[in-house]
Amino acid sequence: MNQSLKQFLCNPKALIGLTILLLAVLAAIFAPLIAPGDPWKMASRPFLPPMQDARFLFGTDMMGRDIMTGLIHGARVSILVGLTSTLVALVFGLLFGMLAGFYGGWIDDALMRITEFFQTIPTFVFALLLVAILSPSILSITLAIGIVSWPPVARLVRSEFASLRNREFVRAAEVLGQSNWQIIWGQILPNTLSPVIAMASLMVASAILTEAAISFLGLGDPNRMSWGFMIGAARTVLRQAWWMSFFPGMVILLVVLALNLVGDALNDVLNPRLSRKGRQ
Amino acid sequence: MKLLRAIALRAGKSVGVILAIVALNFLLIRLAPGDPASVMAGQAGVADEIFMKQLREQFGLNEPVWRQFIFYVGNVLQGDLGYSYRQGMSVANLIAERLPATLLLTGSAFIFALLAGIVLGSIAAAKAGKMPDLVVSILSLVFYATPLFWIGMMSILLFSVWLGWFPAFGMITVGANLQGWDYVLDVAHHLVLPAFTLGLFYMTVYSRMTRASMLEVRDMDFVRTARAKGLAPNIILRRHMLRNAILPVITLAGIQAGQLVGGAILTETVFSWPGIGRLAFDALVQRDYQVLMGVFLITSIMVVLFNILTDLLYRVVDPRIGASA
Repeated sequence: MNQSLKQFLCNPKALIGLTILLLAVLAAIFAPLIAPGDPWKMASRPFLPPMQDARFLFGTDMMGRDIMTGLIHGARVSILVGLTSTLVALVFGLLFGMLAGFYGGWIDDALMRITEFFQTIPTFVFALLLVAILSPSILSITLAIGIVSWPPVARLVRSEFASLRNREFVRAAEVLGQSNWQIIWGQILPNTLSPVIAMASLMVASAILTEAAISFLGLGDPNRMSWGFMIGAARTVLRQAWWMSFFPGMVILLVVLALNLVGDALNDVLNPRLSRKGRQ
Repeated sequence: MKLLRAIALRAGKSVGVILAIVALNFLLIRLAPGDPASVMAGQAGVADEIFMKQLREQFGLNEPVWRQFIFYVGNVLQGDLGYSYRQGMSVANLIAERLPATLLLTGSAFIFALLAGIVLGSIAAAKAGKMPDLVVSILSLVFYATPLFWIGMMSILLFSVWLGWFPAFGMITVGANLQGWDYVLDVAHHLVLPAFTLGLFYMTVYSRMTRASMLEVRDMDFVRTARAKGLAPNIILRRHMLRNAILPVITLAGIQAGQLVGGAILTETVFSWPGIGRLAFDALVQRDYQVLMGVFLITSIMVVLFNILTDLLYRVVDPRIGASA
């Protein structure tokens, strides 16, 4: 593990990604200290272009709210929703994948039919419908994103479980009289974790993109400032005020890019066989 | 015979998926907080008691749930997707009116993404480890991480506001009243930015896939044979490698067609494209659930049809599939 860690940290992709992520996480945690005050409150005159007032480097929006403050507070929603919705998806995906891969037979058939169904439907439309019906809040957005993003995890975990199911160490555990649950939890699961970890970081990235898209369409939590909301609100004044949508978009791009870089680097370290394919 | 059986199996599965979506829609109405009748009316301030009573009778909401369900499925199967009280029109008509614009947009975006992705991926694979490969990789990484709606807005700024090359919104020039070829050209002119925006993300996906798949094929025996025969590298690349490498890309593209429809909602919102995505956005703003569910059902049917289409395409491209199935 130590050597893997070293290899991971020596990867320039991982270093760039981790640096950006660290900044975003710090901004999210210390938002009230770095940017005190309410991100919804008028701070200066509306439509103030960037780089004109040293106190408002990124300018203000059409209501005179400081863009910089919005960006810092917006990090909280993006990171929170990105992480928790991925957790939700992991729980569903692991559960489905473990049961289907371990038991096989009709359980596998039934669970995979459901998984296939959720992979066929247009996921973004479904997520929007869920949020609209449950009424927009951090909770409903998190749930909706989690519900539409578990199928790939289930498929991955299932194939890992199915291939490990008949290995000698699992057979040995069976002979030793371990219960199914002990075998699933203690023997097989730890051996499937590395591809799941690499996948999780890519999932956080796409969850952040989806959250931004939901907020952009006006379905964000009405009490929280978010990057997607800032872009959506600035859509109608794009011609007059490019900066209001430019900066939030750049921040989303950087954070998602960072997560993808970290995910790629994790893949290189944790699944060397998988990632070497087609990379030379 | 085998092909027929495969098609029948596929069709049966598709019907199952569509019925499941109808059931899901039914479930969602009951999931919403409050009375299903008020959900169906949309939180539109139309809380007129007589009207609500009419709705309840119309949907049999006073009957047991299982009868409501049969009622609902029956209605949908007859093409009745409900009525939008906001728009004063049946949902089926609303969607039918907007569908061609969406098909045009997603179709062009899909073709653009697939062609550009395959070309870029092949270039990257041919020059693996060199400058062009690096450029393509970086472009893919960046566009893969960029929010689609933001790309749309930035391309409006760049190509429409600053350069003035393309129109920023709509599908036709308002008030121009063009006919024949002029009309087609006008629509094509309006189509460029939205199709480019929607296709860009998927282009990166297909280009990565093409590159990986090309590199896998590169070391196979038949390629070595072709090289040993002294064929020109370009011909080996196009005739031997690409034809084999393209198969997994087509599969992936078929699976992802559904996601493309989701992206259309964002693209149509940004460009005021008069399709079902824009319709969905307006319905979201007004909480017009009937319209939203109609859009969900229709887009799902589109995805299912699309999957069947790629399945057939795959059989045409690779006859081995039909033989082994």
